[in-house]
Amino acid sequence: MTNPLCLRGGRVLDPARGIDRVQDLWIEGGKIAGWGEDAPSALRSNPKAEIVDVRGAVVCPGLVDIHVHLREPGQEDRETIETGARAAVRGGFATVACMPNTDPPLDDRPRVEYVRRRGLEVGLARVLPIAAVTKGQQGMELTEIEDLVEAGAVAISDDGKPVRNAELMRRALELTRDLGIPVIQHAEDPDLKGVGVMHEGWVSTRMGLKGIPDIAESVIVARDVLLAELTGGHVHVAHVSAAKTVDLIRQARARGIRITGETAPHYLVLTDEAVEGYDTSAKMNPPLRSERDRDALIEAVQDGTLDCLATDHAPHTDIDKDGDFDSAPFGIVGLETALGVYLKALVEPGHLTLPGLIARMTVEPYRVLGRRGGTLEPGAEADVTVFDPSHRWTVRASEFASKGRNTPFEGWELPGRVLLTLVGGRTVFRAETSEATLR
Amino acid sequence: MTARKDLLGLEDLSADEIVTILDNARTFREVLDRPIPKVPSLRGMTAANLFFEPSTRTRLSFELAEKRLSADTVNFQTSGSSVSKGETLRDTARNIEAMGIHLVVIRHQASGAPHYLARHLEAGVINAGDGTHEHPTQGLLDIYTMREQRGRIAGLRVAIVGDVMHSRVARSNMWGLVKLGAEVVIAGPPTMMPAEVERFGVSVARSVDEAIEGADVVNILRIQLERQCAGLYPSLREYARVYGVTAERIRRAKPDVTVMHPGPMNRGVEIAQDVADGEHSVILQQVTNGVAVRMAVLYLLSRREPSGDVAESETPSVEATKNHDEPTLSPRR
Repeated sequence: MTNPLCLRGGRVLDPARGIDRVQDLWIEGGKIAGWGEDAPSALRSNPKAEIVDVRGAVVCPGLVDIHVHLREPGQEDRETIETGARAAVRGGFATVACMPNTDPPLDDRPRVEYVRRRGLEVGLARVLPIAAVTKGQQGMELTEIEDLVEAGAVAISDDGKPVRNAELMRRALELTRDLGIPVIQHAEDPDLKGVGVMHEGWVSTRMGLKGIPDIAESVIVARDVLLAELTGGHVHVAHVSAAKTVDLIRQARARGIRITGETAPHYLVLTDEAVEGYDTSAKMNPPLRSERDRDALIEAVQDGTLDCLATDHAPHTDIDKDGDFDSAPFGIVGLETALGVYLKALVEPGHLTLPGLIARMTVEPYRVLGRRGGTLEPGAEADVTVFDPSHRWTVRASEFASKGRNTPFEGWELPGRVLLTLVGGRTVFRAETSEATLR
Repeated sequence: MTARKDLLGLEDLSADEIVTILDNARTFREVLDRPIPKVPSLRGMTAANLFFEPSTRTRLSFELAEKRLSADTVNFQTSGSSVSKGETLRDTARNIEAMGIHLVVIRHQASGAPHYLARHLEAGVINAGDGTHEHPTQGLLDIYTMREQRGRIAGLRVAIVGDVMHSRVARSNMWGLVKLGAEVVIAGPPTMMPAEVERFGVSVARSVDEAIEGADVVNILRIQLERQCAGLYPSLREYARVYGVTAERIRRAKPDVTVMHPGPMNRGVEIAQDVADGEHSVILQQVTNGVAVRMAVLYLLSRREPSGDVAESETPSVEATKNHDEPTLSPRR
C-alpha cells in the first residue's frame, strides 16, 4: 500500500459536485480521502504522507476519453494497448474507452476480456473495451451483447463503419435498453460517402478530391433518432462533425429521446481548408467541415447538446500516411494534444468555463456510458489529473508516447501542460520537467 | 513562370505567367513547322515521364516536346491498381532523386500526387493530369488554341460542356480563362456539377443550349460513363440526347464558333460526328499546339538555377532558334 498523498494548494475542480476552490486534496488507499480541512485530521498529521505542491495548477478528476483506437489486437505496428495507454496518461487521461475495430474485431468474449486484462497488466490508464454491435463488424448478425457486457464491454459500436441496417440497429437498441449502455453509432451513410475523402464543398471542388457531404452523417442520425424513439434505447453519436447533425440531436433531446453526442478536438479548430496542399494529416473521417459547421459544434458543446469531448485517437504509421491523399488512411492521433486543443478552442475564447470543459471530459463521458465516475467525491477511485492551464508548450509529434505521429497540430503552441496523472491513487504520469512546478 | 520549380496547376499561376507561357509557346509552335523541328534548349538535361495512369496522347506529346528540345527522356509506365500507390510514389521520388533527373512529368490517378513529388524533389515537376484536379498543360493548350483562333481571350464567351465534376481539364480551363478575362459558362448534368463551382468565377447554365448561346468557343468534355460517372447518369443514350453537342445545338453559338475537345472523343455521345469533323472543329490543331505549349513549359521550368534562383523570363528568340544558337536558348545550369 502506498503512502497517503496530498496534492497541496491546487485549484480543485470537481464539476460533478460544483466544486471550484483552491485547497488540498488528500488521497489514501487509492481513494479520494477528502479535501482541505474536510480530510481526516489523522491523515493530515500523518508524517508519512507525501506532499506534492501543485499551487497554480488545476486538480481535477482524471480525464476520460470515450473514443480511442488502440489497434491491439492485430495492428500493433500502429499502436498497442501499452503505447496507447502511455499516450493517454501523458495527455491527462485516466480512462480510455477503446473501439472494437481491431483486427480481429472485439466481437467475442475472449477478445473483450483480453483487452481488459491487457489494460490492467499495463497498469497505466483504465482501458474500457467497447464491443462490436455485429459479428466481424460486418453488419449482418448481432454479437452476443449481454455476454460481452458481462466480460467488461462498456458500450457497443461498429465504429469505423455505421450500423447500416436499420432493423439491426433497432434490435441492438432494444437489447441494450435495459443494460444501461449506449449503442455508439459511427453515423455515415456509405452510399452518400461513396469514395469521398474530404468534406464536399468548394475546397474539394478546387482540389479535385471526392467530397463527403455533411448529410452522409446527418441522414443516419435522423434515422437513429426515430429508432431511439421507437425502442427507448440510447444512441450515442460518435465524432459529430456537422451542423445538421447537431440540429437533429438538439431537436430529438427536446422531445425526450435518449440520444447523446460527442465531438473531437480537430472539428473545433480546423476546417476543410486544412486539407490544402493535400496534407494527409488533415484526412479524417468524418472529414473536417466548414466554418459554419465548426461554429455549430462549438455552440452545441456550450449548450450541452454535445455531451462529451472525445479524441477519436486514430494512430497510423508514417508509411500509411505518407503518399497521395486518396490512398492515405483516415484518422489522426489526439490523446496527447486534446486537452491543449480544447483549452485553446473553448476556454481561451470564452466559449466554455474551465469547469465546463472539465465536466465534458470527466463526468459527462461516464454519464454517457451509464456509469458513475469522473468525480473527486470522497471514497471515489483516486483518478486525478493535475495540469497547469497557463503553461504553453509546442506540439512535437516526435515526442509522442503514441506510436502514431499523424497530427495536424505539429508545431502548434498549446496551453495546458499535464503535470501529473493518477489512476487509483497511483502516479502513472509525472511530467519530466515539472520539478519546478511540482515541489 | 521561370521563378517556379514546378507547374502543378493553373490555379497557382498569375495571368502574366500564363501569357508568358503562351508567348513562348508561339515561338516553339514556329519551330515545329521547320524542316528540322528541333532546338538544343534542354541539351544535357533529362526528363522522366511517369505515367501511373494510361495515356497515349499526353505522354506522346510530352515525349515529343522533350525530344524537340533535345532533352534525354526516360519513361515509366505502370497501372495504379497493380502497385501500392503511396509506396510507389515515395519510392519513385527517391529513385528520381538518385538518378539525377532534372524534370519530371507525372500523370497520376490521385489528385495531388504531383504536389507530393514536388515537395520531395529538387527536380521540377510538371503535372500531366492528377485525378480530378488539374491538367494544366491541357488547359494551356486549350487557351493557346483559343487565342490563336480568336486573337484574344479577354471578353470571349467560352462554353464548357459535360462532366465538369470529374474533369481536370475543365478545372484548368476555368482557372486560366477566368484569369485572362474570358466569360465562362458551364453546363452538364447536375449530378456531375461539383459543389460551389461558381466560385471559380464561372456561371452555370441550365442547359447545353443556354450555355452555347452566343458562345465564341465551345469546349466539350469527355464523358467517362464506364468509370467515374457510373450511377451519376442513367445511360449514354440519355446523355447524348440531353447533353450531346450536335450541329443543331452549335448553331446557337457565334457563326464562326471554335469547337474544341481534349480527346479522346466519344463520337455520338458528348460530340456528334459532324461537329467533331466539322468546319468549326480545331481538335487536331489542339493536338499540334499541345507539343508547342509543353515545349514552352519545359523550357521555362528548365531555366531555374540549381540554387533555386531563376533566370530572367524571356521569350526565346525565333532567330536564335533558327540558327540553333545555343547561348540564347540553352538553360542556365
